[in-house]
Amino acid sequence: MDRINYIINELKCIADNPKKAMDDYKKATGKGAVGIMPLYCPEEIVHAAGYLPMGIWGGHRKISKSRAYLPPFACSIMQTVMEMQLDSVYDDLAAVIFSVPCDTLKCLSQKWKGTSPVIVFTHPQNRVIEASNAFLVEEFKILKARLEEILDTKISDESITESIRIYNENRQVMREFTQVAAKYPHIINAVTRHSVIKARFFMEKSSHTALVKELLAEIRQLDPKPWTGKKVILTGIMAEPNEMLDILNEFDMAVVADDLAQESRQFRVDVPDDDDPLYRLAKWWQDFYGCALATDVKKYRGEMLINMVKEQQADGVIVCMMKFCDPEEFDYPIYYDQFQQEGIRSISIEIDQESQAFEQIKTRLQSFSELL
Amino acid sequence: MADINAMKAKELLAHYQVTLDEEARQAKKEGRLVCWSASVAPPELCVAMDIAMVYPETHAAGIGARKGALDMIAVAERKGYSLDTCSYARVNLGYMELLKQQALTGETPEVLANSPAAKVPLPDLVITCNNICNTLLKWYENLAKELNIPCIIIDVPFNHTMPIPHYAKDYIAEQFKYAITQLEEICGRPFDYDRFYEVQQQTQRSVSAWKRVASLASHKPSPLNAFDLFNYMALIVCARSRDYSEITFNKFAEELEENLANGVYAFKGNEKNRITWEGIAVWPHLSHTFKSLKSLDTIMTGSAYPGLWNLEYTPGDWHSMAEAYTRIYINTCLDNKVDVLLDVINSAKSDGVVYHQNRSCKLMSLLNVETADKIQKETGLPYTNFDGDQTDPRNFAPAQFDTRVQALAETMTARQ
Repeated sequence: MDRINYIINELKCIADNPKKAMDDYKKATGKGAVGIMPLYCPEEIVHAAGYLPMGIWGGHRKISKSRAYLPPFACSIMQTVMEMQLDSVYDDLAAVIFSVPCDTLKCLSQKWKGTSPVIVFTHPQNRVIEASNAFLVEEFKILKARLEEILDTKISDESITESIRIYNENRQVMREFTQVAAKYPHIINAVTRHSVIKARFFMEKSSHTALVKELLAEIRQLDPKPWTGKKVILTGIMAEPNEMLDILNEFDMAVVADDLAQESRQFRVDVPDDDDPLYRLAKWWQDFYGCALATDVKKYRGEMLINMVKEQQADGVIVCMMKFCDPEEFDYPIYYDQFQQEGIRSISIEIDQESQAFEQIKTRLQSFSELL
Repeated sequence: MADINAMKAKELLAHYQVTLDEEARQAKKEGRLVCWSASVAPPELCVAMDIAMVYPETHAAGIGARKGALDMIAVAERKGYSLDTCSYARVNLGYMELLKQQALTGETPEVLANSPAAKVPLPDLVITCNNICNTLLKWYENLAKELNIPCIIIDVPFNHTMPIPHYAKDYIAEQFKYAITQLEEICGRPFDYDRFYEVQQQTQRSVSAWKRVASLASHKPSPLNAFDLFNYMALIVCARSRDYSEITFNKFAEELEENLANGVYAFKGNEKNRITWEGIAVWPHLSHTFKSLKSLDTIMTGSAYPGLWNLEYTPGDWHSMAEAYTRIYINTCLDNKVDVLLDVINSAKSDGVVYHQNRSCKLMSLLNVETADKIQKETGLPYTNFDGDQTDPRNFAPAQFDTRVQALAETMTARQ
């Protein structure tokens, strides 16, 4: 149990202090870090350059300076990202990579207030045709060339292929982790689960994989205990800040699976096999599913969530609705209807990174838990 | 039979709007296909297959202007749509929900019966294009899912770097071809390429007539009040692949040109200041915004919004058509967006700029600070902004608008 606690603590420290993780990486490797804006950037290309891809997911802080640049109806995560740009938090990054799968990200990609150079690429949204892969390969070629220029290095196909291998291994281990976490909620509570997953945004992936593998091996030696609390599934962009997850722990709600953009959506699908590594990365986007930011006229997300509930025998779904995230807000009425038809209970809570008061969420989650 | 030749442009505008809705209803009645379309999606493909087109954004704007938006919005909000989402979408999804109920039960819901909304039929397919926002992808996904009908997507990737790369045009052109295979399957007959070419040519004539009208606002004093473009826009959206728009715009241009020749101007002799309006109109308060500016002898002569439909391309050339649909200024990087707006401001001989912080439209609001800053540096022109919404009447405060434009008018006058 000591080793388990040690690894969890190690990952929690990294998740809670990305700056230190980045500085340690720089010290150890002599190389720097590249910022990765949400969502779905081919981090493997950065990894292949030997740089640390650092996830940029905002933070729990008060908004003041960014008010001058964003109206109040920009989403909560971009408000805090903007605030942190203005506080020079990201200026140690060698570059920042933006994808633009929503209107807010298109705008934000054009107004970076930090000092790092910005690289933008666009995901194709007509994902059913082969031509979309060809388009994305060209976008990735430009992204790679710009990175090579900024980082003054060459990124070979072989190194990208190796990075894809490392990332796919991490994805697989993370999928295992979520399964194990569902079986051992006594050990992996909601906050711990989030920290283990979040740490992967600030670590070289093979180191993260090694730690999580060891953690899984240690946990599997223990007998799972029966869980008397409730089992829930989270869906949305992210489930932060930790104060919100603390409430789940308080009311004995175990997260048995998630459909969060910051969590399982990152490792739900592996990068497929093929010869050309950039084509493989492009094809990943075509194979990807169940996210509000990836156009799907069949709207499979609701069915996917229903299947997750059944497989995990979950008691309900908590919709972590990012404040002012319209892609997520458009998905909600569709899957909510499907939940109703299936008799699946759900609750929508607002994710506001700026929030300092959690009493309302606490009351709502408490009644939800009692209802389940 | 209406005598088209005898009608004034304003009458033609009203006549053709009614005609288009009637045609759509008739098509539905006769079992022909009806398509709901995003406003800047290419209609050429569907029109070539004789599909009746309905435009939810225009329809929603009309409902908003007739003060019927809140009833539709309430229906959408009961379905779970957040009040933070686009109000065009909420109005339309509310309207769709009522039509669906009507179709399922055979009874017209009271709120629909009492709505001032123009009556349009449910679609058999939808077509969307994200050149003016990705919201149109989400909205149309939902229409297709709710009605279990096909959705044609023309995805025009955000142009973060200009000029538009060849590979982006390749991708868009491939989607036109894919859309044709979808249409062939939906219609159960081969695509009519000859008709398609004719429709492309018609579209170019309509666009050219539209540009002819808009260019008249460059005269000082102006024979055209650009608020009229907001009204006439209905036809460049809904009928650009038909001759209805060409006929109406040419008639309007002739009237304006005649006025210009006779020294008759939009504001008579009272044109004191000229502004460019950046953003969508505030449809439920269109009259207030117009009158407020007019009371200050301030005329709108520039707006980049109607220019979204300057879709010039070479018929028969896939790449050229792809470029026309993707180069929409809000689908491009900030520098290009600013360049387009600068052109509008300069050709409108503007004395100032008004930026609409539109609660419904993130893409047309979240870069306003940077856009205004760059334009101000380039032109030295004063500007203001106001909080509004294209169709949700609750998000606009007349007093704030009045105060802001008064201050702008004072600054503009002081500079003269």
